[in-house]
Amino acid sequence: MIPTILFYAFAAILLIAAFGVITARNPVHAALFLVLAFVQSAALWLLMEAEFLAIVLVLVYVGAVMVLLLFVVMMLDINVETMREGFTRYVWIGGLVALLVAVEIGHVVWFRSEGMQFLSTPEPFPADYSNTRELGSVLYTEHVYAFEIAAVILLLAIVAAITLTMRRRPGLKAQNVAKQVAVRREDRVRLVKVEPTKD
Amino acid sequence: MIDYYPAAAEIFLATAICVVLLVDVFLRDEQRMITYWLSLAALLGTAACSALFFVDEPVTTFFGSFVADAASGVLKLVAYVAVALVFVYSRDYLARRNLFKGEFFILGLFGLLGIMVMVSAHSLLTIYLGLELLSLSLYALVAFNRESATAAESAMKFFVLGAIASGTLLYGISLLYGVTGTLEIGTLAERLSGPDGMGIPALVGLAFIVVGVAFKFGAVPFHMWVPDVYQGAPTPVTLYIGSAPKIAAFALAWRVLVEGLGDAHASWQGMLIVLSILSLAIGNIVAIAQTNLKRMLAYSTISHVGFILMGFIAGSDDALSAALFYTVSYVIMAAAAFGMILLLSREGFEAEQLEDFKGLNARSPWFAFVMLMIMFSMAGVPPFIGFYAKLLVLGSLIDAGLVWFAVLGVLMAVVGAFYYLRVVWYMYFDDPLDEAPIAAPGGMRVVLSVNGLGLLVLGVFPGYLLELCMRVL
Amino acid sequence: MDWLTGMLADTELRLTAVWAALPEFVRFVLVDLFKILVVVVPLFIAVAYFTYWERRIIGWIQNRLGPNRVGWEGVLQPFADLIKMLFKQVIVPGNANRFLFLLAPIVALIPALAVWAAVPMSESFVIADINAGLLYVLALTSMGVYGVILAGWASNSKYAFLGAMRCAAQIVAYEIAMGFALVGVLMAGGSLNLGDIVRAQEGTSVLSWFLWPLFPLFLVYFISGVAETNRSPFDVAEGESEIVAGFHVEYGGIGFGLFFVAEYANMILITALTATFFLGGWLSPFAGVPGLAETWIAAPSFGWLAAKMAFFSFCFLWFRATFPRYRYDQIMRLGWKVFIPITIVWIAVEGVMAAFEIGPWAAGI
Repeated sequence: MIPTILFYAFAAILLIAAFGVITARNPVHAALFLVLAFVQSAALWLLMEAEFLAIVLVLVYVGAVMVLLLFVVMMLDINVETMREGFTRYVWIGGLVALLVAVEIGHVVWFRSEGMQFLSTPEPFPADYSNTRELGSVLYTEHVYAFEIAAVILLLAIVAAITLTMRRRPGLKAQNVAKQVAVRREDRVRLVKVEPTKD
Repeated sequence: MIDYYPAAAEIFLATAICVVLLVDVFLRDEQRMITYWLSLAALLGTAACSALFFVDEPVTTFFGSFVADAASGVLKLVAYVAVALVFVYSRDYLARRNLFKGEFFILGLFGLLGIMVMVSAHSLLTIYLGLELLSLSLYALVAFNRESATAAESAMKFFVLGAIASGTLLYGISLLYGVTGTLEIGTLAERLSGPDGMGIPALVGLAFIVVGVAFKFGAVPFHMWVPDVYQGAPTPVTLYIGSAPKIAAFALAWRVLVEGLGDAHASWQGMLIVLSILSLAIGNIVAIAQTNLKRMLAYSTISHVGFILMGFIAGSDDALSAALFYTVSYVIMAAAAFGMILLLSREGFEAEQLEDFKGLNARSPWFAFVMLMIMFSMAGVPPFIGFYAKLLVLGSLIDAGLVWFAVLGVLMAVVGAFYYLRVVWYMYFDDPLDEAPIAAPGGMRVVLSVNGLGLLVLGVFPGYLLELCMRVL
Repeated sequence: MDWLTGMLADTELRLTAVWAALPEFVRFVLVDLFKILVVVVPLFIAVAYFTYWERRIIGWIQNRLGPNRVGWEGVLQPFADLIKMLFKQVIVPGNANRFLFLLAPIVALIPALAVWAAVPMSESFVIADINAGLLYVLALTSMGVYGVILAGWASNSKYAFLGAMRCAAQIVAYEIAMGFALVGVLMAGGSLNLGDIVRAQEGTSVLSWFLWPLFPLFLVYFISGVAETNRSPFDVAEGESEIVAGFHVEYGGIGFGLFFVAEYANMILITALTATFFLGGWLSPFAGVPGLAETWIAAPSFGWLAAKMAFFSFCFLWFRATFPRYRYDQIMRLGWKVFIPITIVWIAVEGVMAAFEIGPWAAGI
C-alpha cells in the first residue's frame, strides 16, 4: 500500500519535472527540473530495490554531470525564444509520438486489466541482499570484456577531449609550481644596509 | 577461468596504446618521430600477436562475448595493413602542416582497437562498444585540425549523425534483447530460429539495426555524412576513414546480420536491395558532378558500398567471401587513392581538386601510372583487382537468381567508369596547371608504389586472396 | 507515595496500551522520528558550540580573547547570534530570482542533515542501517553543491556568482579524490555499510584501524574534506579579501544562518566520517592494552567517536588559524594533479597487497 502511494507520488513529481524541463523559459530552471527528475527516478529505482543504480544515478548525474551542465548554462546567455522558433512547426510530430506512446501504454494497461500477466512481481529480496555486490560480481566476470572496452572508451574520450581543447597559445604565461615551491628566502629578499641620512 | 590468449592482439594493442600515450607526453615536439615509430611498432606487435594466436576453428572466450576465428584473423590483419599505410602516408603531410602530433597516431590506434573489437565481437553489446570506440576516435580525428573551420563543421555533422545512428543501432539491439533475452550472437541466432522467433518486435529491431549498419557503411539514404566528412576532414583522416573502418562495417554486417540474424535473411534481403540500388545509382551519378577529388571519392565509396552489399544480399557462403574480397580490395584501393592526394600535396597546397591532377604524366610519369592503376581498379577494368571484386559479387548475385540486379550493377559500373577515366584523361591529355616537383619523401613513394602495384599483382593473380576469403568464411 | 507510584504504573500501562494499539506503520515512523531527533538536536547544539569554540580557540592561538561577554566566559554567545539572525529581516535583492534565492539555503541544509541518517553513532545506534551506506554518503554530499550554485546564481550578483563558481569547481574536483579514497576504504572494509566498515577495523589493538594501511588515503580524505567544506586554507569561495563573502554575500538573517549551519554540519560530518572510515569509529584506542581490557576505557562507545570527532574539529580550527589561504589555481592543482594520482596509486598498491595477502590482508579479506 505505502510503496504504491510512494510510487505514484514520485512518478507524479517525475512527470511534472520532466514537463518542466521542456516548458521552462529559463534554461537554468530547465536544468534544475532535470535534476529533480533524476532524483525522482532514483527514488523510483529505490522502490524497486535497485539501490546501487539509484544512488549512482544521483552521484553521477546529479552530483557531477548536472553541476557541470549548470556551470555551462549559467555562463552562457541562452536565448530560449530563438530556440523555440521551430517549435510550432514540429509540434505535430511530437504530438504524434506522444499519441503513439499513450496508445502503447493504454494497450499495456488494457492487457493487464484482462488479467494477463506479463511478468510476475518478483519476490522482495532479504534485507542482507546486496545489490552492489551482485552487480559487481556480474560486471567483473560475465561482462568483464565489455567493462574493459568501456574503460578504453573513457580513456579515448579523455584523449579526444584533450586533443580538441588543449592548445599551447604563444605568449601564455604559466607558473612553474615546482620552481615556486623551491624558492628560498635568499632568492627573493636582499638585506640592504641603509646608511641613516642626516637631514 | 577466462582464456585470454584468443584476445592477445587486443590486449597487446590496448597496452601498447597506453605505452605510446605515456611516452608521447614526455616527448618534445622535435622528438615526435618516436611516437610515429612506436605506433608502427605497436601495429607490428599486434600483427605478430594475431599471427601467433591465429586460430582455424572459432574460439569463444570472455563468457561468449568474444570470438576468434579465421575470418576475424584475416580481417584484423588487413586492418593493420590499412592503418600502417595511413600512418606512413600521413607522416609527411602532417609534419608540413604543423599537425604532426602524437594524438593522431594514438587516436588512430584507438580506432583500430575499435575495429578489432567489432571484428571479434560475439555479443551485440561488444559490437556496440567497439563501434563507439571506433566512432569516437573518428569524430576526434575529423576535428583534428583545430585551425580548419570546415573540419570542425564536418566533425560536428559526423558526430550528430553518427550519434543518431548509434542510437538507432542500440535501439534495435535493445528490441532484439527484449525479444530473445540474450545479447550473445550464437544464442540469439538459436532463439530467433525457434518457432515464433521472428515476430513483429524482432523485425522492428532488425529494421533499426539495418539502418545503423547502413549508416556506418554510408549506404544511401544514410550517406549524408560521407561526402562532407571526406571533403572536410584533413586528407590523412579521410584516408583513415575511407579505408580501415570499411572492415569494421563489413564485420558489423556480417556478425549481426549473417551470424545473428541469418535466419531472417529473407527479411533483410529486401532492405539491403533497396539500399544497394540507391547507393549504386546516387553514388555513381552524383560523383560525375564533383570537381573535388575527395568528394568524388566519397561518392565512389558509396557506390562501392552498394557492391559490397550485393554479397550480403546473395547470402550464400561464396557470396559472403565475395563481399569480403571486395571489402579487402576496396580498402587497398582507397588507401592508394588517398595516398596519391597526400603525395601530391605540399605546404600550403592540397591536391584535392580534380584539376590538380591535370598533366600529372608530364610531371611524374610513374605516379601518373600508379594513379591510372588505382582508377582502373576502382572502375573495375581488368586485369586489376577491382575487376575481380566486381566480377565475384555480380557472379554471386546471378547464382542467387537475381540476374536483373546483376545487370543493373554492371550498368552502374559503366556509369562509374566515366568519372574514374576522366581523372586518367586529365593526367595524360591535359596540360599541367603547376610545375612544382613532388615533395613527398622516398619512403612514402616506395610504399605507395608497392600499394599501387599490388592492385595489379593481386588482379593478375587473385587466386591466393580469393582462396583465403573462401577458406575463412 | 503510593498514589504516585500507582499513578505512574497506571500511566505506563495506558501508554503501552496506546502504543500497542497504534498501527505498525505509525509506530515505525514515531521511532524513526525519535531517532532523528536524538541525532539532529545534539548536532545543532554541536554546530552552535563549534562556532563558539572556533572563535575562542582561534583567539587563543592568535593571542587574543575571543567572545567572552555573553554568559559565563561567553558560553551563551551562540544563542545570542542565533536570536540576532532570527530576528533580522530577510532581504531579497532586487532582480534576484526570488524562488531560487529562498530555496538555496534549504537545498544546502537538507543534504547536510540527511547524510547523518547513515552514520553509525555506536555499535547499536544508527538511524538507517543501509547496505550502500558509503555510496549514500557520497551521493548526498555531492548534492550539497547545489545550494551553493543556486545561491550564487539566484542572487544576481557578480561576487556571489564568482564565489559559487569557485566553490562548485572546487567541490567537484575534490569529490573525485574523496571518492577514490573511499574506494580504498571499501576495499579494505569489504562492505559499503558504514557499521560493517567500523567492525572490520575491530581487532586486537589500535593497529587494526584503517589509518595505518591506508595512511595516504586518510590524509587525502581529510584534506579533501577540508577543501570540500570550503574551509581555510581552501576557502577561496568565500575569499573575504577578493569577493567579499562569496556565494552568500547577498544573504542576511536566517538565510545566512542556514548556510552557516549547513557548512558547520558538513564539517562535523567530515570529522565523523574520517573517524568512522580510518579511526575505527566508536572503537576504543585502548582496546587490547594489557590491564585495561575489562574497563570502560577499552570498551567501544559513542564517547570514543565523539572524542575523535572533537580532535578533527580542532584540526579544522587549527588549520584555519595556521595556514595562509591557497591561491585558486594551486587548489585545483592539488586536487587534480596531486590527490587523484595519489589515491589511484594507493588503490593499485592496496589491490596488489590484497591479491598477494600482504600486511593487513594476510588473513584475506
